Amino acid sequence: MTISSIAQHLPALLIAVPLLTAFLTPLIGGVNRTLRMLWVALGISATSAIGLALAWKVFTTGTVLYVFGAAAVGQVLPMDSGGIPIRIIFEVDAFSALMIVIASISAFAITMYSLVSESECSGQDGFYALLFLLVVGIMGMVATGDLFNFFVFLEISSLAGAALVAYRVDKGVAVEAGLKYALLSTLGALCVLIAIGLLFAQYNALNLATLASRLQFTTLDKIALALLIVPLAMKCGAVPMHFWTPDTYATAPSSITALLVVSSQASLYGLFRVLFSLYGHLVQFNYATFGWFVIILGVLSMFVGVTMAIPQKDVKRLMAYHAVSQTGYMLLGVGVGLAVLGNRSALNAYGLTAMAGGIFHIINHAMYKGLLFLTAGAIFYRTGTRNLNKLGGLGHTMPWTMVFFMIGALAIAGIPPFNGFASKLMIYESVFRFSPFLSIVAMVVSILTLASFVKVFHSIFMGPRREEFAAAREVPAAMIFGMALLAVVVMLFGLFPQTFIDGMITPAVTALVDRGAYISAILGGH
Amino acid sequence: MKMTKIVRSTADIFYPFCLIFGFYVVAHGHLTPGGGFQGGAVIATGAALLIVARAYEDISQRIRKNALKLCESIGLFMFLAAGLSGLFLGHPFFANWLAQAGSIFGQPVAWGPNPGDLNTAGLLPLMNIAVGIEVLGGLSIILLYMISGVKEKE
Repeated sequence: MTISSIAQHLPALLIAVPLLTAFLTPLIGGVNRTLRMLWVALGISATSAIGLALAWKVFTTGTVLYVFGAAAVGQVLPMDSGGIPIRIIFEVDAFSALMIVIASISAFAITMYSLVSESECSGQDGFYALLFLLVVGIMGMVATGDLFNFFVFLEISSLAGAALVAYRVDKGVAVEAGLKYALLSTLGALCVLIAIGLLFAQYNALNLATLASRLQFTTLDKIALALLIVPLAMKCGAVPMHFWTPDTYATAPSSITALLVVSSQASLYGLFRVLFSLYGHLVQFNYATFGWFVIILGVLSMFVGVTMAIPQKDVKRLMAYHAVSQTGYMLLGVGVGLAVLGNRSALNAYGLTAMAGGIFHIINHAMYKGLLFLTAGAIFYRTGTRNLNKLGGLGHTMPWTMVFFMIGALAIAGIPPFNGFASKLMIYESVFRFSPFLSIVAMVVSILTLASFVKVFHSIFMGPRREEFAAAREVPAAMIFGMALLAVVVMLFGLFPQTFIDGMITPAVTALVDRGAYISAILGGH
Repeated sequence: MKMTKIVRSTADIFYPFCLIFGFYVVAHGHLTPGGGFQGGAVIATGAALLIVARAYEDISQRIRKNALKLCESIGLFMFLAAGLSGLFLGHPFFANWLAQAGSIFGQPVAWGPNPGDLNTAGLLPLMNIAVGIEVLGGLSIILLYMISGVKEKE
């Protein structure tokens, strides 16, 4: 295959390469360990490179379409189809591309990290096969332009995620968490499937753009909307549907937790896609109602998440509640944008900035939260405990981990010059013009986050050396590499936010708001 | 947990028929109801029949887990390879370039009512076979793992 044909088939390769890696891992792993490690490293490098190349293509040349199984890649509407896109189509616009960037960077750092962190565990063939399937699920969810295809990838990511959560049996605790995750995901996915059925029965289409162009907002459409947004909000961990996150995030291997954060953000992507591209701009769609629905979910998540995080003793459980809390910021920012979507002047004055802040926070969160979970994994790797009361004095022996933890903790608390500050400032400023109260809540939550992480930092790294951790050393180079990659991204986004906002975030916001462009990319000038 | 000789003999006699029917469903996936998944499930039923009739120790000698795992990987790989083959020939991913090409599974489909020609549909039968191999491996291995967890009563 030549370079130009690879460039043409990037969306297909984004799915095909990790699938190929996943399916062949058990065969290659049977030969020997080193070969498997090389194969996995090669697979994830190729996947990430394809993801970044595709995102680059989208940011430079506009929306990329890929029609599976057609006579030609760009043949969206076959001659004899009567104007309906009958095949599975990947529609990668700037918002999808942003999510693909997140998934590519995180998946690469996480896989490099797990090559060492999981090297002592048994059953690695299955572990890596499932890890790549999870990556396939995430990539597919954010790249697809087909509602049923979205459901398929949602299921792939849910099942692979559940199996990975239960990967370390841990006297049954992890299995319970995995089962819980599997059960809730299946329940949510069934709701999504019923919603897809309701839409398909009325409009004879599964393609998102076609559906969007035909929606009438009938009673059935309203039911379908509820059946779509509630499960997706649950999968992204919004309060009051957040109860699975602490168990799942705490018991999964740390590298998997970091990837589950990305997977929950793919659900967030689905939620925003449904609200903006599918239902947004309908005449009967009440922006204020749905905007406030998302805002209330966001504020509840922020506040409940952080207050639940403060009393936790388990470091990963604490971080899991912080993940819930940070998801609230994204919902708040984008919710404000949705609430003023019908009001052009308010949208231009602060709505778009709020959305940009919320969406910038998605990528920032994936980076620093991934980093924090990886440092928690590094601590567990050397000490064997996640209990904050038992840990202490690790700053003497694990300096790199300490530095990375500090970077992550300062970023999540929104301290300059790290990336959390950049997106949170955008959210504070724009939300203040919408409702000063919401902005104040957001700031208070940030202060509580900082307080919580100061406590965690103190109890893990400060204090005299402990005898029980005398043998603890710095983690191996591959784990440091994984963490360092994310830390560098955190710093870069914090130091040069404007570059990334202009290059990636603003196009993503434009793509999300401009429903007409999403539809006409498939159906032409309608 | 050994069944009587009657049950064991019946299971032994039925086992090959189960397999043949399963492979029939897989191979005729593009003509008749069923396909790779359904046929693979029927084949796994054959394994279930043996498991019900005999003790786990006997079965694990006769049906090996490693072979089934290999089936799983190879089936999945074949499916993906069928999809990827289009890419190397300049078609999109999963394009059915083999249909009506005149070679294997390449005959054009006849118009009007006809008994059905096995030699049609291009990549679809190949994908059915791949899925069949994957499912027979996957489902049988699930059954084997479940039965291996059952405690024998002394």
